[in-house]
Amino acid sequence: MKVTGAQALFKSLEGEGVDTIFGIPGGAILPAYDPLIEANIRHVLCRHEQGAGHAAEGYAWASGKVGVALATSGPGGCNLVTALADAKMDSVPIVAITGQVPTPVVGNDAFQEADICGITMPITKHNYLVKDANLIAETIREAFHIASTGRPGPVLVDIPKDVLLQEFTWNWPESVDLPGYKPTTKGNLRQVRSAARMIMESKRPVLYVGGGVIKANASAELFKLATEGRLPLTTTLMARGAFPDTHELALGMPGMHGGYTAVTAMQKADLLVALGSRFDDRVTGQLSTFAPNAKVIHVDIDPAEIGKNRNADIPIVGDAREVIANLHAELLRQQEEAGGIPDRSEWFAQLEEWKTTFPFRYDQPVDGPLKPQFAIERLYEATKGEAIVVAGVGQHQMWASQFWKFTEPRTWINSGGLGTMGFAVPAALGAAAARPDKRVVAIDGDGCFQMTAQELATSRTENIPFVTAIINNAHLGMVRQWQELFYEERYSQVYLSYDVPDYVKLAEAYGAVGLRAEHPDEVDAVVEKALSITDRSVVIDFRVDSREMCFPMVPAGASNDDIIVGPEGLRRTNDPAEAPVA
Amino acid sequence: MNMTLHTLSVLVEDKPGVLTRVAGLFAARGFNIDSLAVGPTSDDGLSRMTIVVQVDRKPLEQITKQLNKLINVIKIIEHDEGDAVERELMLVKVRAASDDRQRVMEIATVFRVNVVDVTHSTLTLEATGKPEKLEALVELLNDFGVIELSRTGRIALARGDRGIREKTNRARVAAAGADDWNGGGV
Repeated sequence: MKVTGAQALFKSLEGEGVDTIFGIPGGAILPAYDPLIEANIRHVLCRHEQGAGHAAEGYAWASGKVGVALATSGPGGCNLVTALADAKMDSVPIVAITGQVPTPVVGNDAFQEADICGITMPITKHNYLVKDANLIAETIREAFHIASTGRPGPVLVDIPKDVLLQEFTWNWPESVDLPGYKPTTKGNLRQVRSAARMIMESKRPVLYVGGGVIKANASAELFKLATEGRLPLTTTLMARGAFPDTHELALGMPGMHGGYTAVTAMQKADLLVALGSRFDDRVTGQLSTFAPNAKVIHVDIDPAEIGKNRNADIPIVGDAREVIANLHAELLRQQEEAGGIPDRSEWFAQLEEWKTTFPFRYDQPVDGPLKPQFAIERLYEATKGEAIVVAGVGQHQMWASQFWKFTEPRTWINSGGLGTMGFAVPAALGAAAARPDKRVVAIDGDGCFQMTAQELATSRTENIPFVTAIINNAHLGMVRQWQELFYEERYSQVYLSYDVPDYVKLAEAYGAVGLRAEHPDEVDAVVEKALSITDRSVVIDFRVDSREMCFPMVPAGASNDDIIVGPEGLRRTNDPAEAPVA
Repeated sequence: MNMTLHTLSVLVEDKPGVLTRVAGLFAARGFNIDSLAVGPTSDDGLSRMTIVVQVDRKPLEQITKQLNKLINVIKIIEHDEGDAVERELMLVKVRAASDDRQRVMEIATVFRVNVVDVTHSTLTLEATGKPEKLEALVELLNDFGVIELSRTGRIALARGDRGIREKTNRARVAAAGADDWNGGGV
């Protein structure tokens, strides 16, 4: 059967089970948009390629499948760069397909030409320039295989216009053969036995659960390991929902703005069992003083993560799901042999005391101003915690992670490693496209919101509704917080204004419903109204106290022992040399 | 700092951009490559790079792990000192008019170096050997005046009866906690 490269592209995408793609047409990718009309794939027409990229990420986070973005050459591909870098840092499986100028003029500074493979080389897991249509099917198969297996990540496939138009005989390769890519998924069983023994010997163990557990769909296995081994656990920003926050063993989020119990439990632990986590600087604080007395069992599918920041006493390379299942079985065997779970009552009593003494807290005065945490808590209550929550980056992201209780994996979506402001709205669009059965709520900052708000138009025209709660403090809040704490309250370029733009009117202009709450007593009614609307998107403008700061806080570069639990613990410095490094 | 020279042999698929990917990885992590030599192998579609890099042990381990994650990289081994045969080729154009010519020829003979081009005022020599030998040669030729030189960078093969694909990388097996390390990417 003779097909064009463009037809082959969609046959390949269909072959990979793709049902939804996010994109914008343009010159070089034009040939692909013609067979798209007949393809059995939904195309969501975004308003900016960055939006398409983040939407593909949101789709991947929410569904566990590979997200797909489609863009043209030059500026189209360049606009995808932030989303690709974001997906690389957070191990999100996406495939980006870009048009390229025709092969004869590649390298000729042609109109809308950019060397997108060169540009994205360090921010993709792999990328391809396809110079012959005969290679399209094989390349797409490889791209999906690479994106979704091992440590997931973004793959870019760049296809010149003449290759999209080239006619050839269709052939679907049955398998993928990549001699240099064979991820190790099965953990070494001898190491697993030693790990179980180390857990049995531990008096103060903590499971340090990272995003790899979500990626590996290992929540059920983790639940068994934690509950049947009676092991307390922390879930990092990337792992929120991997284990129910409502469970007594859950210690919550560790890190720079993590809970006191989670941070301190890891500091005082004699054993950290790192599961799909990477000892990121936002978690460890000053590395040399992080968990000084803990031995480390490190389970990761990426051998380069093991020993990168912290030496592992027992390294195990493998898929989190398989290794956790093995570890669970082995631990049960050893517990039975030992006649039960080791007595760790002192450790649990200590954890309980910290939990009671240092919960996340804030003070909401009855007559205002409205506190951001209050708005988020009320939203949580009203959704009964059943929504998929998507956050941008900054204070609102931390408050959302702190005050929402996640009970299921893939219900928390955010930009962790790269810290991409503007992630929330397009990622919520992608998540809502993937899970029309679920309520999707973006909790966004006013600074973030305006970076990608144009995708509200996409939401309306494509009928993919979701709720956006803007935690509007009229500032780049996290930067403001740092200037208050570490730059003598010298506020520099952080004021954005509460009412420019008017978010209610802006929402209405995009065909969404705009709502506003300025006082605590307005919150419940506004939230109820927002959740009653299901046929279009809703934007809530929560005008919150701009002076509210995010606590607890471990200043960048400081030791986790020096966690500041609230404003009363602050030691403001007027010495710039003492100011932490971001 | 305990920066030492390390020689890596990297077996790669002969695909477009593979050199950029490898070199870019060193650059992105702030390491200078002392020399890099690439060429085809006896297997169709595979190339072999020899990379000499000055780096501490720990960052070296990280960079080999990162290199191994590149899809087109098939195998990496680090050559322990004395455990490999290492060679380099150099072409050097040296001033050698009248009286000097005989003396340069004598040095060439001592170093078992071929003369590959002659003019009235210069000789071009082709020298092969360990890097130290080439450096010693240049040192002597500097007395006459070196006009230009070009070196290929080091290439290396491990001593013994096994090829790169059969050799295990002990450090990485330990790091992975694996019995058999298939050396795949991630």
